[in-house]
Amino acid sequence: MSSAASIQRKTVDVTALLVAPGVGLVLLLFLYPFLYGFLLSFSAHEGVGLRNYVKFFSTPFLSQTIATTLWISFPATVVNIGLALPIAFATRRHRLQRLLTAILVVPITLGTVLIAEGLLLYLGPQGWLNRFLLVTHLSTSAIHLTHNYWGVFLSLVVSGFPFAYLLLLSYLTGIDPVLPQAAATLGASPWRQFIHIYLPLLVPGLAIAFCLSFVQAFSVFPSAVLLGAPAGPTRVISIAAYQAAFEDYDYPMASAIAMIMAGVQLLVVVLILAIRVLFYRGPTVGPKG
Amino acid sequence: MRDGALTAKLWAGLIWVVIGFFIVNVFGLIAAVVVNSFATRWLGTWLPAGFTLQWYGSAWSEFQLDSVLIVTVEVVFAVVAISLLVGVPAAYALARRDFRFKRAILLLFVLPLLVPPMTYGIPLATVLYRLHLAGTIVGVILANLVPAVPFVVLVVTPFVEQIDPRLEAAARVFGAGTFRLFFHVLVPLLTPGILAAGLLVLVRTIAMFELTFLTAGPDSQTLVVALYYSVFAAGIRAGQSVDAMAVIYMATTLVWLLIALRFVNPTQLVTRVKE
Repeated sequence: MSSAASIQRKTVDVTALLVAPGVGLVLLLFLYPFLYGFLLSFSAHEGVGLRNYVKFFSTPFLSQTIATTLWISFPATVVNIGLALPIAFATRRHRLQRLLTAILVVPITLGTVLIAEGLLLYLGPQGWLNRFLLVTHLSTSAIHLTHNYWGVFLSLVVSGFPFAYLLLLSYLTGIDPVLPQAAATLGASPWRQFIHIYLPLLVPGLAIAFCLSFVQAFSVFPSAVLLGAPAGPTRVISIAAYQAAFEDYDYPMASAIAMIMAGVQLLVVVLILAIRVLFYRGPTVGPKG
Repeated sequence: MRDGALTAKLWAGLIWVVIGFFIVNVFGLIAAVVVNSFATRWLGTWLPAGFTLQWYGSAWSEFQLDSVLIVTVEVVFAVVAISLLVGVPAAYALARRDFRFKRAILLLFVLPLLVPPMTYGIPLATVLYRLHLAGTIVGVILANLVPAVPFVVLVVTPFVEQIDPRLEAAARVFGAGTFRLFFHVLVPLLTPGILAAGLLVLVRTIAMFELTFLTAGPDSQTLVVALYYSVFAAGIRAGQSVDAMAVIYMATTLVWLLIALRFVNPTQLVTRVKE
């Protein structure tokens, strides 16, 4: 037994070391650049300090990007989660569910650049949507959905709704079906099962899905440039960071904006998780027996 | 009771109307790109005046698609190969062993998947520029490894956990060395997991815009970044040739997605975070 234990101990070290290359890579390419950017954001042409941050918050052209981005990303996230929750619930055991998930994964896979180009054509003044609205007399003139707020908002729904749906679906299917079955046996209608069983159990998943959807929407970039009005109403914070880095070559300022971006995202995530703590915490699986 | 049944029916109907509406619009935006790429002239009508293949030829030469495609293939396969080589052993260690800082290491692997690429991409690009790696294909590969390696780790770990440790013990008892244990026992048993992780990383890397965009130079653009620049500069080129390129990008992505969907569940494309 003691020799077996010693062999065991010898292999433990070697096997555990297999994690080292992966850890090293993430440390070097993720954590180190982040810390480097954090330190860099405090440096300016004349020494060290908060100059970049002061400049960001005292220049409306820069600081407004936070409000602009929130104004697009928050409503988009609410719509995405608001649509995804009932749809994921209704289709969680549907026979067409696998087909539906396969279709919904397409816009995620194609990515925001292609969605932006497609929406430019589809929503544009000559596009099929406006043509349909005019032919059916639902609208008397072409509605403007590109190169403004709505273009970006709709692109966030096209890419964000499937993401939220797939996330929530995986949380919903993780809930032990025994619990709602027990409720049904006691006479609870599907609606009451949802309110009293699923929803409380889903709160953690819902909070995570909301955070992830929001963080994705908040960092919107290609569609804000291609489909929005990047000089004005859709000048989001990513555009400001990109311009600082690649047009002004002001890497300290770009790092500061990236840190502010991360800070706002973190703040919203902490806020959501703080709200989530007010709700039920516990297992989503029923007692075995 | 009948009232309840009616509301339930109406509700179900409403759900499918919303799903249908969404799918019709997504299909519409994809079809608009495909139709336009074959269009001779398309103004103020449901369908173009005529159809032609000429835009594919002009897109190919205008956007130097042959070199863009070569770069894309190089980047994607390097990222898949390296992330599997680094990620699978890490997943094995995490599934099989308990060690110090394991929770911190797990957090380290989850973070790059939760933080959006645009947020960490700018500091990463800054570091790569300082190292003179940005603008090169090596820089693009390094940047794309940041989400790819953690993704492989998270996808493969449950597959390792499913393998009975007694199989490894048995192989050891019969005298298999680490090398033979790995290639004759673990790799065959892990094939579904490795295949799933590899295909998912492949699809995600083809579509990864932000990191490639921030780190690529003129000679190291992948297809999706080249597409961005051509849409960005719309007006200089004919819209149809931009869309011909978009269709080539779409075909590349969707073929691999179809292959991937044979082996994985669509929900796996989205990060799953355990509480």
